Amino acid sequence: MSVIRQDVSLASIFWSELKSALLATLWMCLLAFPLMTLTINPTEKTFIFSLERMPYLAGGTFVLSILWRFFLKRRAFQGITKAVHQSGGLPEDLTKGPKPTWVTVVMGLRHKRLGFFLLLAFTIVLPFVSSPYTVNIMVTALIYVTLGLGLNVVVGVSGLLNLGYIAFYAIGAYTYALLNHYFGLSFWVCLPLGALTATLMGLLLGFPVIRLSGDYLAIVTLSFGEITRLVLNNLEVTRGPRGISYIKPASFFGIDLNAAPKEFLIKWLGVDPSMDINKIFTYFIILALVILTIVCVFRLENSRLGRAWLAMREDEIACQAMGINRTRAKLTAFALGSTWAGLAGVVFASHITFINPASFSFLGSILILSIVVLGGMGSIPGVILGAIVISALPEQLRFFSQYRMLLFGALMVLMMVFRPGGLIQSTRVVHIHKTKGNGQARLKALTGAPKPKTGGYS
Amino acid sequence: MTYFLDLFMSGLTRGSIYALIALGYTMVYGIIALINFAHGEIYMIGAFTALLASMVLSAQGMSGWGLLLSVAVIAAIYAGMYGWTVERIAYRPLRGSSRLAPLISAIGMSFFLQNYVQLAQTSNFVLFPDLIPQMPFLKPIAGYLNRTQVIILLFTTLSMVALTLFIKFTKMGMAMRAVAQDMTMARLSGVNIDRVISSTFIIGSVLAALGGVLIGCSMRQIYFYMGFLAGMKAFTAAVLGGIGSIPGAVIGALILGFAESFAAGYISSSYRDVVAFIILIIILIFRPEGIMGQAQTQKV
Repeated sequence: MSVIRQDVSLASIFWSELKSALLATLWMCLLAFPLMTLTINPTEKTFIFSLERMPYLAGGTFVLSILWRFFLKRRAFQGITKAVHQSGGLPEDLTKGPKPTWVTVVMGLRHKRLGFFLLLAFTIVLPFVSSPYTVNIMVTALIYVTLGLGLNVVVGVSGLLNLGYIAFYAIGAYTYALLNHYFGLSFWVCLPLGALTATLMGLLLGFPVIRLSGDYLAIVTLSFGEITRLVLNNLEVTRGPRGISYIKPASFFGIDLNAAPKEFLIKWLGVDPSMDINKIFTYFIILALVILTIVCVFRLENSRLGRAWLAMREDEIACQAMGINRTRAKLTAFALGSTWAGLAGVVFASHITFINPASFSFLGSILILSIVVLGGMGSIPGVILGAIVISALPEQLRFFSQYRMLLFGALMVLMMVFRPGGLIQSTRVVHIHKTKGNGQARLKALTGAPKPKTGGYS
Repeated sequence: MTYFLDLFMSGLTRGSIYALIALGYTMVYGIIALINFAHGEIYMIGAFTALLASMVLSAQGMSGWGLLLSVAVIAAIYAGMYGWTVERIAYRPLRGSSRLAPLISAIGMSFFLQNYVQLAQTSNFVLFPDLIPQMPFLKPIAGYLNRTQVIILLFTTLSMVALTLFIKFTKMGMAMRAVAQDMTMARLSGVNIDRVISSTFIIGSVLAALGGVLIGCSMRQIYFYMGFLAGMKAFTAAVLGGIGSIPGAVIGALILGFAESFAAGYISSSYRDVVAFIILIIILIFRPEGIMGQAQTQKV
């Protein structure tokens, strides 16, 4: 508690904070000076010097640095109070589980089931009452939800940082595209095939890398993603960077949905006449896939396997000591995560009907990762929210699109610093056996003493 | 035979530049066990700063060796500042958190810097001026080595010697070795950990910026995305040599440079990057500790 001093006056805090914020502003302006003020014209070997961007930069940095310092201080203060709480030993607090936040309050409402059905009804009605543009965005958003939930199994639940996730998505998409292009196989045949191929590739990558953990795993998966893209770019079969076009959309029992059914829908449900009914059909396919994914992931999380994953995320050695087959847990996490990427890939190929390797760059992996990070690693509602925010929001805010990648980068840093659990933190209640006698010591052993600050990298 | 020599020389220069970047990775990893994904971006920023500096300085009438050296110094200073700031913002607040957090934060930082340069400057390839002065005394070996390669080898060798001397003989170098060995113990002996980590980032960034200037001179074009691939390659080199080991990084970088150069020359240039990535995967699977590294036993 010695950190909180009583004798510091508010005014002195104000001045010292102001001074640091001004210094930070000055420093940032100095840093940004050459890159932001000089614009070059390389062909004529001339440059233009202009200071017009600097005031914005300075103002922005000033505000941000004050906020930054405030939140850092707050975080440090919360850390202290938490440590005090733990050393005081308050068993009742822990058995109750984590403190309720606004999210858990909303999620724990009594009419949760009703809310769920309302949401489902809304998503079902949505395509019939909205424009083709909205349906397009929603299909993309739902594809990202599937991808996010799939990656969540790997990164969020199992703690294996997979930076090449987009490769499995590409494998799913190319499986459908190639089989359709060369053999004319339909969407429904290719959907399980795409998932299977992606799963097999996941296993193929998984077998050699299961010995690795942490950052090495991240790098290997990243390389795998890049290799996949480069190979797709160089092969003759995949037609290289030209990609594959005219991929058939999913068919509904071979009925042309844009003929009779469309007229029916326009007449009786008031559907937008410019709508491509195939898109609505794709929307329902991906919606069904998302629901299936949610059910699967939800069931998995509380299964024996899911618990093994969580244990593996927390401590690999301890989980092995508890008799969990680490190899199997890792491989299944990898393979299952890839399965969803494959499914999403097939739907994606049928949705946009043209794919090329450029759609599957490292950027895509980062986007999906930021969905998981933003939403909350390991939390299903969080990932859904994250996917919708990241895929649909930039479409709505056009001005935002230019800066969106910049903001994603900043967001990932900020989330890690201030809210590593994401928007909707996954909550798991700690169950503690009440024992007679040495309960205090047991509790300490379970919750762990506050970690030393520097030892985190060991 | 001349074709082989050509490939050999281009592999050597390529490897030297990788080595400059790889040193930053390996030093940072040696000290705080973090893959600094933003390191490639620092290298890119170094190249862009060098370009801007050369534009301004040559408009002032500078040329020749003076121009090259001052451009390199300016780029190094700026990159050092960026490296320091990146560490302050993205890594220092995360010390003591889970292992995944700094990694994700590093990816975010790298993404941020890339897009910052893209928005502030351009998303196109930019022509980099020819900064290397004419060297008439190279006439006799002109068929084997051109002036750019001479400069690259010279700069790389000099900076590596300087780095080795710094690590071996200065007080800060000793502190770095101490922190790399045991952070807690170093702190208990009175080493200022924060300062050591900051200096490591600054030194790594300076070397990366030199690499950026040299790659600009040799490729004659730069763009905002160049840091990603170069960073990946340099990281491969660092892992190949044994991450955390300084001579290892140099050896790994040279091996990678040769492998890429020969793969491009004898197989196909479009599979050059694939070769690099496959080497990385194979190394990580069969010898994760690298060539010079020592296998570490895990303590529970």
